[in-house]
Amino acid sequence: MKYALAFENYSLGYNRSPALMNLQTEIPKGSLTAVVGPNGAGKSTLFKGVIGELTPLSGQMSFGEIGGKDIAYMPQQSEVDRSFPISVYEMVAMGLWKEIGAYGAVGLKHHNRIAEALSAVGLDGFEKRIIGSLSGGQVQRTLFARLLLQDSPIVLLDEPFNAIDAGTTADLIELVKRWHSEGRTILAVLHDTEAVRLHFPRTLLLARELVAHGPTKDVLTAENQFRARQMCEACSGASDMCSRHVA
Amino acid sequence: MWELFFAPFVEFGFMRRALLGCLAVALGSTPLGVFLILRRMSLTGDAMAHAILPGAAIGYLFAGLSLGAMTLGGLVAGMIVAVLSGYITRVTALREDASLAAFYLISLALGVLIISIRGSNVDLMHVLFGSVLALDNAALTLLCGITSVTLLSLALLFRPLVLECADAQFLRSVGRFSAATHFIFLTLLVLNLVGGFHSLGTLMAVGVMILPAATAQFWVSRIGSMMVVASLVAVLSSYAGLLFSYHFSLPSGSTIILVAGVCYVVSTVFGPRGGVLQVTRAVRAMEV
Repeated sequence: MKYALAFENYSLGYNRSPALMNLQTEIPKGSLTAVVGPNGAGKSTLFKGVIGELTPLSGQMSFGEIGGKDIAYMPQQSEVDRSFPISVYEMVAMGLWKEIGAYGAVGLKHHNRIAEALSAVGLDGFEKRIIGSLSGGQVQRTLFARLLLQDSPIVLLDEPFNAIDAGTTADLIELVKRWHSEGRTILAVLHDTEAVRLHFPRTLLLARELVAHGPTKDVLTAENQFRARQMCEACSGASDMCSRHVA
Repeated sequence: MWELFFAPFVEFGFMRRALLGCLAVALGSTPLGVFLILRRMSLTGDAMAHAILPGAAIGYLFAGLSLGAMTLGGLVAGMIVAVLSGYITRVTALREDASLAAFYLISLALGVLIISIRGSNVDLMHVLFGSVLALDNAALTLLCGITSVTLLSLALLFRPLVLECADAQFLRSVGRFSAATHFIFLTLLVLNLVGGFHSLGTLMAVGVMILPAATAQFWVSRIGSMMVVASLVAVLSSYAGLLFSYHFSLPSGSTIILVAGVCYVVSTVFGPRGGVLQVTRAVRAMEV
């Protein structure tokens, strides 16, 4: 099986207290995977490890044949400072970072691609709007347009459908499916298990360690979900003890 | 007209120097102030300005009122606090605003104490409130140099800095700019506060950074225009403040800051973006 990401005994944490332990699995190339688990299960932490913001406490991660790090990452909306005065156009144009970097100009070719991305997410005519004036759904569409421009083989979405309206969710899921059909590897942190069952062929269930990984119907069983909740409660107590011990 | 607005600068060299010094500080500091406010870091600026005081005081202890020693001391102390306060917030449970407040109270007390050990009250006043009317060539060169470096760095750093503010996670995901950007920003901040401290004093240097930037928020919505408006307000305040202080024999530093303060207060009332009048009108329109 060709993989896009492989984790080998991979542990991540903050300030020496582990948040995700001994992950041992492979994400198949071109798969559409939901990352599911209780609060504090290490889902967002895993993404921060993949983009290199966190260095692993132990173990290794490798990118399959894609080689180097070319990942489009969408943070949780709460991580975006929506009061910062930049326009939809500027926000989306940042998706070109790989090509234009900190100094490159946005040329006509880029301009057209930005216009295409905006129209793909249904934000025609929003170019000049300040992100602070947008609704939650529109901000999410903006972030998706930025992902479109990044054009990366691996896409990480952290709670992409949280707190947005049903119409926007439906539109964005269509985009995700389009990426999937283009052969990209997609990982998305989700809470809505109904949506997972409907749209995501594979699921990675976490509870500070790997609970289950595979086809969604085998992973999202009542038994597995119950076990994940229990593990999370149990190990949150244990890790508190750990960090106290370290301190 | 001539007498009122131009004569003081034509007749007196010290007024011309003061004007140049203030303009340099105004042009360098205000763009940083705009970023500080947008990143909700106004208090950080305040804390760092205070933190410079003990450093400058130690320089003073060794070399008296020497430009070089006090600048160096201020730079070192400012950088130490910039790094330490970030570290303390990360490793302790104390909220950032509380740890910053603690830092600047300690710094202020320490600085005043060190200067009092050796110097007179006049020296203390000089450090706390600056001496904009007594800027020599070396000080002017320093101020203009700092401003040039600041504006150049901001131009080079603009895109990563905006992204670091708007969506830091994303910037981290696309490259290694994030940490460097933040560090350079803090360095520029310290540089400008040290420069401002020579002309306006440690306590007032933050004023010319924050007040014009806060004023601009009430008038324009784009970051570029904010910087332009803020710089205009700062330049105007410097000029008007110096004139007032000349004609009415008021202390220059505080007069400049007060003029900026008046701009701010007027803007909170009349500003079209979130000013009191606009907000009341909007509320009334919703009720009707």
